[in-house]
Amino acid sequence: MTTGEGTIRLRPPRNAPDRRAVGWWRVQWLLLTAAPVAVLGILGGLIAPARFWLLTPAAVLAAGGLLCAVLFPLWWFRTHRWEVTDEAVYVSTGAFLREWRIAPMSRIQTVDTVRGPLEQLFGLATVTVTTASAKGAVEIEGLTHEAAAELAERLTRITQDTPGDAT
Amino acid sequence: MSTAADSGADWRRLHRRTVLVTALVTAGVAVGAAVPVTVALSGRFGYATAVGWALAGAVLLIGCAAAGDHVRWRRTRYRVGAERVDLHTGLLLVKRRSLARERIRSVDLTAHPLLRILGLVSVRIGTGEHTGGDSTLELDPVSRAEGERLRRDLLDRAVADVPGTHRDGQLATLDPRWIRYAPLSFATPLLGGAAAGGVMQVSDWVGAQAEVIHWIADRLRDTPLVWTIVVLAGAALVAGVIGALGLWIEMWWNYRLEREPGGTLRVRRGLFTSRSLSVEERRLRGVDLVEPLGIRLAGAARVDAIATGLTKDEERAADHNTLLPAAPRALADTIAAEVLREPATPTGAPLTAHPRAARGRRLRRALVAALAPVLIQVLLGVLLTPVLLWTALGCAVVLLPVAVALALDAYRSLGHALSGAYLVTRSGSVRRSTAALERAGVIGWTVKQSWFQSRAGLLSVTATTAAGGGAYTAHDTDASEGLAFAADAVPGLLEPFLERGRSGR
Repeated sequence: MTTGEGTIRLRPPRNAPDRRAVGWWRVQWLLLTAAPVAVLGILGGLIAPARFWLLTPAAVLAAGGLLCAVLFPLWWFRTHRWEVTDEAVYVSTGAFLREWRIAPMSRIQTVDTVRGPLEQLFGLATVTVTTASAKGAVEIEGLTHEAAAELAERLTRITQDTPGDAT
Repeated sequence: MSTAADSGADWRRLHRRTVLVTALVTAGVAVGAAVPVTVALSGRFGYATAVGWALAGAVLLIGCAAAGDHVRWRRTRYRVGAERVDLHTGLLLVKRRSLARERIRSVDLTAHPLLRILGLVSVRIGTGEHTGGDSTLELDPVSRAEGERLRRDLLDRAVADVPGTHRDGQLATLDPRWIRYAPLSFATPLLGGAAAGGVMQVSDWVGAQAEVIHWIADRLRDTPLVWTIVVLAGAALVAGVIGALGLWIEMWWNYRLEREPGGTLRVRRGLFTSRSLSVEERRLRGVDLVEPLGIRLAGAARVDAIATGLTKDEERAADHNTLLPAAPRALADTIAAEVLREPATPTGAPLTAHPRAARGRRLRRALVAALAPVLIQVLLGVLLTPVLLWTALGCAVVLLPVAVALALDAYRSLGHALSGAYLVTRSGSVRRSTAALERAGVIGWTVKQSWFQSRAGLLSVTATTAAGGGAYTAHDTDASEGLAFAADAVPGLLEPFLERGRSGR
């Protein structure tokens, strides 16, 4: 978000994730919050003397988790973008810590499509593109099943047509 | 696995003496175990019987180990064909591993003292792929001559002569004076601590821990507490220095860095355990000039290789890619240039400094890190006991200047540049690293910007690569300048995704 004349900045990638991704992120947040809150709540119910010290953090955690579950997915939905050109895969993620990743087609080694149990529920899939670098994997989240399959197929086709040594 | 092209090559076996090696190693273990057992048993059954039992047990153990290794030797075959290297091993579960010769990146020879006496080496052939254990092939052991032959054959490829005046043959040999940098490493206090811990542990085993503590307490009975601490810390430090010197001698004795015809860099070193590490130059993507704080203050630096396909073993990674141990800075620069076949090392190029906002970020971080323990102690001191207020004051007096000095130094270390075919990034204070990465070796970019960085107009640009650590980062660059740097480093890759000269938020 640099401003001013003569500056250079990254433009956002062209494609947005599917609208259902918001729900998926929300459920993830809620599950993440529910686990510790449930443990604290049960302990608080069982151990009477420490009840206050167990239930207060549980309440704080629950409130924080709910707030995150409401706000972050909306924020992410605005910042998560992806784009595939003939030369490269370009993805932007994150809200508080923005991240842009670029992997050139000629260096792509594998294209994986993953559908976790929660993603199945929402009809979503994640496409992961890896390069020879241990730290260069690019993930495209929140695609519909059809879009993911189509994208994986397209990536595989382009990478096969693009010659290049992956190392 | 046997293709027509390979049928000409013959199958070979590991060296016969592997059985002897296993028997001797097991004998060592058996003796170690037999002594306490004999002592324990002789109390109940008498001396002769105890020795008899212990001997019988040892013979059985050694016999089993030797027989097992004999079977392994019988069942293990390898073959170096025109296209592939095959290894078949295993008794019940037969493992067959086959590496394409063109994928082989490194051939390392290692020999511990026993292997050296018997004229053997163990060979690791690596392809450097990231997919688990299937990428290396280990021949343990073969004769030294066979190891050398494998290394030569597998890495010798008809490479077109690279233009340039850079020489083949010996690039660097050990200068014994470099040993003065050994105690400056961070290993010294650790080794000192380990020595103290070791004394306690061993005395605990023989049940004399209390006596040792008493003995030390006796010696220091009349000394005040402060001096006691100073003396003990001094003793640990001396032990650490001796340990560091010994470790350095064992690791770096006979060190030689050579360029062999065919484009391979080879490092040989080791006093007791001799190691030979070879890196194909084709796989070299740059060098990393590493300067840990103590070594940097002494005007020295270490040179690491940034190469694809070096062994990724966690425990051995530390020194596996080191081309030159800590040596005077000028020599390190020369070696870096020689290794890269450049007239001058790219790591010495003038670097673009980062904006002052980066300094503020480092100072703030240092203050938080230094003040956190102080604040906790103040809080506890107010609640519990005033003694903690004094220790808090002491902490603040010691920690704050150190933290600020390190932060300012870290800011001064920051820098990045393009130098010929290389992109250079430098960062770190306690361990300053100046990495020169070949621009052609960059296989992607990651740009990160936290909310704080965004407000300060900064971002971090990371070049990902298949070699070395996998990613090299220019931390906290100016937002525009960092992106321009990345765009220039690899033409065409980042360009389509940039917006230039637009204003507005």
